[in-house]
Order: sequence, then structure tokens, then C-alpha cells
Amino acid sequence: MSQAPTRRGADFYLLAGFFALFVIFLYGPMLMIFILSFQGPTGGLTFPMRGVSTHWFQDLWSSSRYGDLGGGLRRSLGLGVLSLIVTAVVCLFAGLAFRHRFWGAGPLFYLSIISLVVPGILLGLGISQLFQMMGFRLAWWLSGLGAHLSWTLPFGLLIMFAVLNRFDGSWEEAARDAGARPWQVLRLVTVPILFPGLIAVALFGFTLSYDEMPRSLLTVGGKNTLPIEISNMTTNVTTPALYAIGTVTSLISFLVIAAAFLAIAIIQKRRASARRGAD
Amino acid sequence: MSSRSSGGVSRLSPYLQVAPLALIMLTMVGVPIITLILLSFWDSDGIAIYRTFTWQNYAEVLTSPLTLILFLNTLKYALLTLVATMAIGFTCSYFLVFYVRSLKWQIGLFLLCTIPFWTSNVIRMISWIPFLGREGLFNQMLMSAGLTNQPLDVLLYSDFAVVLTYIHLFTLFMIVPIFNSMSKINPNLIEAARDAGASSWQILTAVIIPLSKTGIALGSIFVVTLVMGDFFVVRVMSGGQSASVVSAMKNQIDQLFYPQASAMAVLLILVVVMMVSAILRVVDIRAELAR
Repeated sequence: MSQAPTRRGADFYLLAGFFALFVIFLYGPMLMIFILSFQGPTGGLTFPMRGVSTHWFQDLWSSSRYGDLGGGLRRSLGLGVLSLIVTAVVCLFAGLAFRHRFWGAGPLFYLSIISLVVPGILLGLGISQLFQMMGFRLAWWLSGLGAHLSWTLPFGLLIMFAVLNRFDGSWEEAARDAGARPWQVLRLVTVPILFPGLIAVALFGFTLSYDEMPRSLLTVGGKNTLPIEISNMTTNVTTPALYAIGTVTSLISFLVIAAAFLAIAIIQKRRASARRGAD
Repeated sequence: MSSRSSGGVSRLSPYLQVAPLALIMLTMVGVPIITLILLSFWDSDGIAIYRTFTWQNYAEVLTSPLTLILFLNTLKYALLTLVATMAIGFTCSYFLVFYVRSLKWQIGLFLLCTIPFWTSNVIRMISWIPFLGREGLFNQMLMSAGLTNQPLDVLLYSDFAVVLTYIHLFTLFMIVPIFNSMSKINPNLIEAARDAGASSWQILTAVIIPLSKTGIALGSIFVVTLVMGDFFVVRVMSGGQSASVVSAMKNQIDQLFYPQASAMAVLLILVVVMMVSAILRVVDIRAELAR
């Protein structure tokens, strides 16, 4: 509605107010635990703050009563990076394939959607039982990674569909007509053009895996990931250390999100200035 | 592009390109679901699983009065969450698409709604505890306002807390598809309706809502399946007082009653599939996605 009236009516302010309330609802509680994680050493799980300190952050790493947080963090980061790589590569090629008609495209698409809607813990049960029947041991880097991919790949695929919707295939044709070999087309034309979209796919690959809990629970074997360690903490830790680990892991998520957004913004800006230069 | 399959791109290449996805989806989704179905027909005594066919697990699940209670409770959560997320998601998307004029602000505010999706659900759930608890901020506010003289216990560890957390966690699954549908609506349609004398309300009900149907349906599928599949929120936020199908199943899994849990799982998947196909009956999502 580009020709909207210049003066904003009451309905605008009503809706804007509603939207603002929703944003507060979305971020308010999170902000509260970030603040509360800096509770003084005698402070509790709720306000008021009894002093300000980093006591609970130090407590996280020095105390052993919170489980294997360091190991959990390392494994979660490792799984996140593995998921990022596999999701970006597999979804890129799958997205390219889905532009053509091929046998089994429909069933494969539906299998991916089923993977999204099936309760995570049930899929985890299925994967763990399958591994046990086949005589394989459960390990975070194998069955755990597989469970995470069952969650990240369908999302990546849907993003790739959206990205490829706006992709003009004639660039590839031009390259082919100019004599480029298939892998040259991919490396020099397709991937560079799709790169911002691929960053988005990678962002999903990392963050969805890094925070995944229900699918991991039965599939990671003896060594837990960070979300599992944290969910164990919710039932037996009653100190602000719970909020401190929440602040740490959210900070990591926000850094990754910011890095992805920044990378996309830089590429778009460069493209815009290149386009201006070409005119 | 398919017309060019003769030149450059070989007929085989789509199969090679899609093979990794197909392999992972089959081994990590297809076969495990079949494993669950198989398991649900096998015998067990809580210690070992015997590979002999039995209807016993289904008979137990279907004759237990608890099953119906669990399913009804889960459906209640799903319905309450669905109504709330739909109302909030629709209103927010409507504001973003039709009232925010600058594209930059529109994208910025949209991202603001989606960023929590990339952070931890567990943490976002925990973050309600200092707000809703007995000594939480909300009770403190109520008491200082003089609305109650003793803290309300129903805020945390109750059905209210469970549904509130679901709404908090899952509303963005509504906003994204509805926003997507709405931003595809041609502004000329709305201009035309206005020129023909339609009121804002008529435009909303006769143009915008019908054209946002796909988004609403997609969002509903996400919200319903996420709520039906949850065990953790219901366990923590109800303080163990309520149960859903999956949280009951989780207890069976913890006690190593895998075949019984699998029978329940198969039943749940059937119910979920029925609900999803009911929603799909209203709109053809695949055709709309390709649009």
C-alpha cells in the first residue's frame, strides 16, 4: 500500500501498540534472566537483585554439581559446525535437483515435511532403536548428527526453495553457452549468486542443531550435548547459575546470528555498489 | 529449465544431486519410523524385547482410560495455543505488511520477531520462571498494586504456564508463513476493493483473510505438531501436575517400555497426520509454495 494516506489513523497506533507488546512479550523474559544471571552471591532465582556480580558465571565453570557443561558445550559447538557444513552442501545440491523433474521428488519432499512435523523425541526413539538393532553404538557424532540433520535439512531445503525461486537460471545457461564445464558453472556462477541464501541455510544448520534437545535426548549416547545438560539442570538447580548458563548459550546464539546477518548485509552492499559502478 | 535437459545437464544429474538428501532422510527418518512401527508390534516384559508379533501393546494403549485423558489434554493445549498464536500472528503480520511503509523497517521488525527462533527453546522456557513464580515479578506487581494480598499460585506450574510458554515459543511459526502470504497480496487488489467502496473491515474479511489462508494453514500445521510433540514444557511448566501424550510416553521410555511407547507413538503420529491432512484439505500448500 504505497499510496497509503499520509496521516496515520488510530488503527495504526492500536496495531503498533499491540506489536510493541508482542515484542516485549517475546524478549522481556529473556532480558530478565540475563539481568538475573548477574545476581550477587546471596541472590535467588527472582528479583530483587542482591548486589551485582559475576559469581554465578564463575560458579558454572568451577563447580562440578552442574554436570559436564564444558564437554556439553564443546560437543554442541562441534555438532553445530558439522550440521552447518552438511546442511549447506546437501541442501544446495538438493535444491538444484528439485528444479528438474525426477522420479521420487514428491515422496522425498513429503518425507522431509514428515521429518519436520513428527515429534522429535519419537524420531529419536526410532533412530536409537534402529542403531541398537543394527548393532551400532550410539554416538553424538553419528546417530546424534543424523538426528540433528533430520531437523536442519528440511528447513534448509525450504529456504533453498525460496532462494531458488528468485534465481534466474539464464545466468547458468549463458555460462554453459560460453563453454563452462558443469563444475565451473557451479563454482563461478551458481554458488556466488546464491551465496547470501546459502549463508541463511547455514545459519539454520548451525543454530537449529546447537539448540536441539528432543531429538538429541535418546540419540547422543553417553555424552550429552549442552541443551540436554541445561534441561537436566532445570529440575535440580535452584540457583542463578541456571540463568548464567542461559546467558552464555544465548550470547553464543546471538553472536552467530549477528555474524550471519552481517555477512549477508556486506555482500548485498557490495553488490549494490558494484551495480552502481556498472551503470 | 527442464526444457534444456538435452544440452549440458545430463538426465542423471538431478539424481546425483539429490542422493545425499535422500540417503540421510531415508536412514534418519524413513527407516526409524518403520522401526517404531515394527517395535510397536513386538513383545516385551520391561527387561528384554522379544521379536514376536503381538497386538498386546495396542490393546493396552487403546483400552487404558488414561490414553483418552492424555489425548484430550494434549488436544486442549494444542487448541488453546492455536487460537492464541493465530490471533497474535495474524495481527502482527497484518501490522507489518499493511501499516509499516518503509521496506527497511518492515524487514527489520520482521527479523525482530524471528530472531528468537535461532535461540534456545529451553532457555526461553526457563525465562518465564522469574516472572511467573510465587515471588516472581508478576505477583510482586499484583501485590504492590493492591490487586491481591497474597501471591497467586496458579501462575507458575499450571496449565496456564504451559499454554503461555507454548504461545511464547511458537507464535513466530505463525508470523513467518502469514507474513509471507500477506506480502504476496497484490496492493492493487486492495485499492480496487477500496475504490469499489469496501470498508477496512470488509477488505480484511473478504480480501486479506482469504488470501492469507495458506500462511494460516502452514502456521497451524507447525503449531499443532509442535504442541502435540512436546514433552518438556508440559513437564517443567506444569510442575509435573499435567501430562501430555508425549510426556507420558517419555516416562515409558525412561522405564524402558519401548514397545508400549512405540504403540502410543504410532497412535500419536496417526492423529497428527489426520490433523495435518485435515488442514491440507483446506489449502493446497504445495501449489502455493511454488507460486
